[in-house]
Amino acid sequence: MTRRKKQNLQLIMVCSILLAIVLMTIFAPWLAPYDPLEVNMDLRLLPPCCAHLLGTDALGRDVLSRVIYGGRASLLLAVAATACSMGVGLVIGIIAGYCGGIVDGIITAISNIFQGLPGMVLMIALVGVLERNSKSIILALVITSWVGFSRLVRGEVMKVKSEMYIEGMRCLGSGHLRIILRHVLPNIRTNVILQFTTRLGRVVLSVAGLSYLGLGIQPPTPDWGEMVSGTARRYFRSAPHLLWAPGLCIILLTLSINLLGDLLRDRLDVKQDSVKEL
Amino acid sequence: MAILKYIGRRLLVLIPVLLGISLAAFLLGRIAPGDPVDDALFRIGIEFPTEEDRAAMRTELGLDKSLPEQYLDWLGKALHGNLGRSYIGNQDIAHELMTRLPITLKVSLVAMLVAVIFGVGGGVLMAACHDTWLDTVLKGLSTLLLSIPGFWLALFLITVFAEWLHLLPTSGLDRGLASLILPAVALSAANVGSTSRFTRGNILSQLGEQYIVVANAKGLSQRAVMVGHAFRNSLVPIITLIGNYFGGILGGSTIIENIFAIPGLGSYVLSAIQNRDYPVIQGYVLITGTTFVLITLAIDLLYLAVNPKIRLQGGEA
Repeated sequence: MTRRKKQNLQLIMVCSILLAIVLMTIFAPWLAPYDPLEVNMDLRLLPPCCAHLLGTDALGRDVLSRVIYGGRASLLLAVAATACSMGVGLVIGIIAGYCGGIVDGIITAISNIFQGLPGMVLMIALVGVLERNSKSIILALVITSWVGFSRLVRGEVMKVKSEMYIEGMRCLGSGHLRIILRHVLPNIRTNVILQFTTRLGRVVLSVAGLSYLGLGIQPPTPDWGEMVSGTARRYFRSAPHLLWAPGLCIILLTLSINLLGDLLRDRLDVKQDSVKEL
Repeated sequence: MAILKYIGRRLLVLIPVLLGISLAAFLLGRIAPGDPVDDALFRIGIEFPTEEDRAAMRTELGLDKSLPEQYLDWLGKALHGNLGRSYIGNQDIAHELMTRLPITLKVSLVAMLVAVIFGVGGGVLMAACHDTWLDTVLKGLSTLLLSIPGFWLALFLITVFAEWLHLLPTSGLDRGLASLILPAVALSAANVGSTSRFTRGNILSQLGEQYIVVANAKGLSQRAVMVGHAFRNSLVPIITLIGNYFGGILGGSTIIENIFAIPGLGSYVLSAIQNRDYPVIQGYVLITGTTFVLITLAIDLLYLAVNPKIRLQGGEA
C-alpha cells in the first residue's frame, strides 16, 4: 500500500511538471515579459539582470520571453506527428492483425523493410529534400515511426482476436467494424497509450535535433533547439550562458514525458497483476 | 548445416531491405521540389532555356523514360559505384562518400562500444543490487541520459572538458583517441540510458525463472547465478537491441559531426542539404542504409556465438 502511495505521489509530481510546461507554452503571450521577436541591437548579449532575467541574445531579444515561447511550435509538432504515426500504425496494424493471411503477410513484409531503414538518416534526408515546413517534418516523422505502432497493434489485435468471446460475438452476428470498434480497440488501448508516451519523448528530441540542424522549426519562430544552435554557432565562447535555459527546458520536458511513461507502465502492470491474482 | 541454413535465411531477408533502401534513396531525388531539367540547365549556365534545350536535357538525364526504368538505370549505375557527380564542385559522389565513410564509422563504432560497456555494465550492476539505493540512483541517471538531446550534451561536454578543464580537444580528429572521446560519449549517451534500462529489466525477469531457483538450490554463488545464468540468457535480446541502435547512432552522428567539426558523412550531407545537392543526399541514404544493414547482419551472425539453439536447430525466422 505504501508503494502504491509513493507511486501516486510521483505520478502527481511528474504530471504537474508536465502540465506546468504545457500551460507555460499555451499562455506564453500573457507570461512573457517582452515580445520574443523584438530585436534591439543596443541591448545585444546582455548578461542576466533585473530587466532581462536571463539576459538577451545576439539580436538583443529577451531570452526569458523566447524560452517561454520556445516550446510552442516544437511541442505542437511533436504531439501532432506522434498522433499521426499512431493513427497510421493503428489502422495498418488492425488491418494486418484482424485480416491475417495474405494481407498480413504483405503488410509484415513492408514493415520489415521500413524497420530495416535507419530512421534518423532517412528523416534528415527527407526533411532536407522537402520544403522546410511543418508538413514535411510530420511526414518524415510518420514515415520513420509508424512501424513501431503497427507492430504493437498487430500483435495485440491477433491476441484479442483469438479470444473465445470474439468468436462468440461473430456467432451472434456482430459485424467486423463493430467488433473492432467495441471490443478490439478498448482492449489494446493501454498498450497504445504507453507506446504513445514512449514515442512522444523520442519525437520531442528528434524535433529538437532537426531544429538544431536548421531543418526543424525555422527562425525567427522562437524554439529551444534553434536557440541552442543559434548560440552554438557563433557565440559559444562569448555567451555560453545562452545554452543553459533552452537546453534545460528540452531536458525537463523529455524527462517528465519519459518518467510519466515509466510510472504509467508500473501502475498499469500492477493493476493487471492484481486482476490475475483474483 | 543448421548454421548454413541460418546464414542463408539472414541473407535472403536482406534483399528486400536493401531494395527498400535503394528505392527510398531514388525517390528522394524525385520528390525534391523544382524541375530537375531547369535546374540542370541553370547549372550549365542556360538561364532561359528553349524548348529544344529542355528536351535535349530531359533525354540526357533520362527523365523521358518511365519511373521504373529510371529507377533501374539509377540502381544499375549505383551498383557499379557510380552515384553521379555533385552539383557543387562536380566531385565524384561515390568517391567522396567512401573516403568519409571510415571516419563516420570510426566515431559510430567507438560510440557503440561505449554504449555496450556502460549500458550493459550498468544494467547488470542495477540488476545485481536491485531495490537498493544504488539501483534507484542509476535508474534515475539512465532515464536522465535518455532525455538529454545529443547536441546539448555535446556542447555541455565541450564546455566542461575542453573550455574549463582543458583536458580534451573541442573539435577535429587530429589527436587520436582523445579527440574521439567527447563525440562518442555524446553520441552514445541516450543509448547507454536505454540499454542499461533494458538490460536491467531483462535480467530481473530472468531471475523469476525456474532454472534460477535450481541454480540457487545447487548452492551456486550469487555472482555465478547472475553472470553465468541470468545474464547469459538475456544476451540475445540485448544484442538485438544494440544492433537496432546502430541506425540511430549513424543518424545522430550527423549532428555530432557538425558540432565537433568531424569531416565524416554527416557534415557532407548537411552541406549538401543546404545547397540542395540532391544526388549527394541520395548517395548518403544509400551508403548509410547499406552500412546499417551490413552491421545488423554482422550482429545476427554474433547470435551464433551466444545462442547454441541457432547452432543446433537453425533458429526461427
